[in-house]
Amino acid sequence: MNKNNVLNQLPRYLLLLFVALLFLIPFYLIGRNALMTDGEITSLHWAWLSPHPQWGNFSALFHDTAAPMLTGLANSAVIAVVTLVFQMLFSSMAGYALARIPARGRNVVFFLILATLMIPGAVTFVPTFAVMAYLGGVNTRWGIIAPGVFSAFSIFLFRQFYLRFPTEIEEAGRLDGLSYFGVYWRLLLPNSTNIIMALGVLTFIASWNAFLWPLVIGQDPSAWTVQVVLSTFLSSQKLNLPQLFAAAAVGVAPLVLVFLVMQRYIVEGAKFSGGKE
Amino acid sequence: MPILQKSQADRSATFAFWAFVTPALLGLTVFTLVPIVWGFLLSLSHAQNTIHPGHFIGFRNYADLLTDEAFLKSLVTIFVFALFIVPLTFAVSLGLALLVNKIGWGRSFFRTVFFIPSAVSYVVASLIWKVSLFNGLPFGFVNHIIGLFGAHPVAWIGTAHPPWYWLVLVTVRLWLQVGFFMIIFLAGLQEIPKSLYEAAAVDGAPSGWPVLRYITLPQLKATSVSVLLLNLIAAFQAFDEFYNILGGSGASIGNASLARPPLVYLYSLALSNQDFGRGAAGGFILTALIFAVTLLQGRIFGFGGSEK
Repeated sequence: MNKNNVLNQLPRYLLLLFVALLFLIPFYLIGRNALMTDGEITSLHWAWLSPHPQWGNFSALFHDTAAPMLTGLANSAVIAVVTLVFQMLFSSMAGYALARIPARGRNVVFFLILATLMIPGAVTFVPTFAVMAYLGGVNTRWGIIAPGVFSAFSIFLFRQFYLRFPTEIEEAGRLDGLSYFGVYWRLLLPNSTNIIMALGVLTFIASWNAFLWPLVIGQDPSAWTVQVVLSTFLSSQKLNLPQLFAAAAVGVAPLVLVFLVMQRYIVEGAKFSGGKE
Repeated sequence: MPILQKSQADRSATFAFWAFVTPALLGLTVFTLVPIVWGFLLSLSHAQNTIHPGHFIGFRNYADLLTDEAFLKSLVTIFVFALFIVPLTFAVSLGLALLVNKIGWGRSFFRTVFFIPSAVSYVVASLIWKVSLFNGLPFGFVNHIIGLFGAHPVAWIGTAHPPWYWLVLVTVRLWLQVGFFMIIFLAGLQEIPKSLYEAAAVDGAPSGWPVLRYITLPQLKATSVSVLLLNLIAAFQAFDEFYNILGGSGASIGNASLARPPLVYLYSLALSNQDFGRGAAGGFILTALIFAVTLLQGRIFGFGGSEK
């Protein structure tokens, strides 16, 4: 790019830099407060960074039995990973069948799945809680996981993806004597890594960050996810500021890492979700 | 293919089809369809302290809710919230997409910075907004910054009638979701054929606003509609930031009554008061409202499928 062009673009860059700075402030605040003492955070003399970073805030966090952060992290990790694996598996299976296996009743099934797509998820949390209580899923990890595994939306996206998959490959496989299952497992699934990564990362992030459903189902501290732990922390009478921010940092760091490493796929996933693919 | 073999192939296809869709179908049935039916029956029942429908009372739960001032207030709250957050998110994400799309050097850097808040949960963001960014005491970040310009600290959400609480509630969601919609707009922008712009330049059309108005925005129509729709549906289901910033049903600190959206109200009805009948009825009212608003938007802007 020539010099003239850069000069022309200067106002644009300045504006972008200003907005970028605003967008980074919350991250800065987590880091700043997580490494300070309570006195430093609440001091009337603003310090941009602590002169003596309090790394001990983090170890204190994991030793505090009143704030079950370790349990929360373990719950969230298990819940997010299991949701991710089973949602991808069941959705790709159903998507493949709906796109490629001719059978009577296929349209009815597809219509049924589309119909559930129309229901706003958060709105049904009261009756879903009732069903889950009936099934004995309250205060269990599977109770938190199960409704998140079945997503009409990702079934729909897998179906669209397999509709565009070249039929030649599939036919060649059939001629070689592969069953429908063989075609799916050996030919389609290995060629679906892009969509699986794209939707998988979004599923993982959504599951880790979910709040309402884990709050409703996980009432006992043993079933709290990271988000519920943080929320409980936030509403407790005696707010321990350094610990609160250390907890926030621990809760958000794995995701920021996943985000940075997987950004390419997340962008793809966002486009899928916005109907741009 | 001989007839016998064909019917055998049909049967194996039918078997494979059902084997492949059964897990998903079963799951969606148990965790979506059954709850809808169960919920509807609950909504017609007096279901205090029980998750079982049975004591049927007709539509009394609906009638009670529609005359319940707190519930009506929550509907007003969510309309006001949507009125702020939807246009604002639309404008900011489109603006950022246009800016990022125009620059050459540093594009991926800016894209990452605006998109990365999508990795943060509403709970963590609410925590930062409430305790640090918009803390009402002088050590809150925004109070510190406006203090540099000589302004007095503002009690953002701490007092009984805080003047600026909408700013706190709207900016947190804005920060969290703008990057996601910017990405969708960027994808839309990249699909616009370059030839359209070249033709406009050849015809001597001035660049800037006219190009945006007569080429870019019309070409982005499908994208714009899907952004509006996703955004609107999400806004009507707001829960996390209201619950965590203003305080939930049981939270002793906070200003929950200031702005209580329907989901927070239904949460306290069903989970704190154990009135599952009314809680379920409220869910259906809210769903109807979301459908109505979606249809209205479809009437005004189209559903985005008709062009091209």
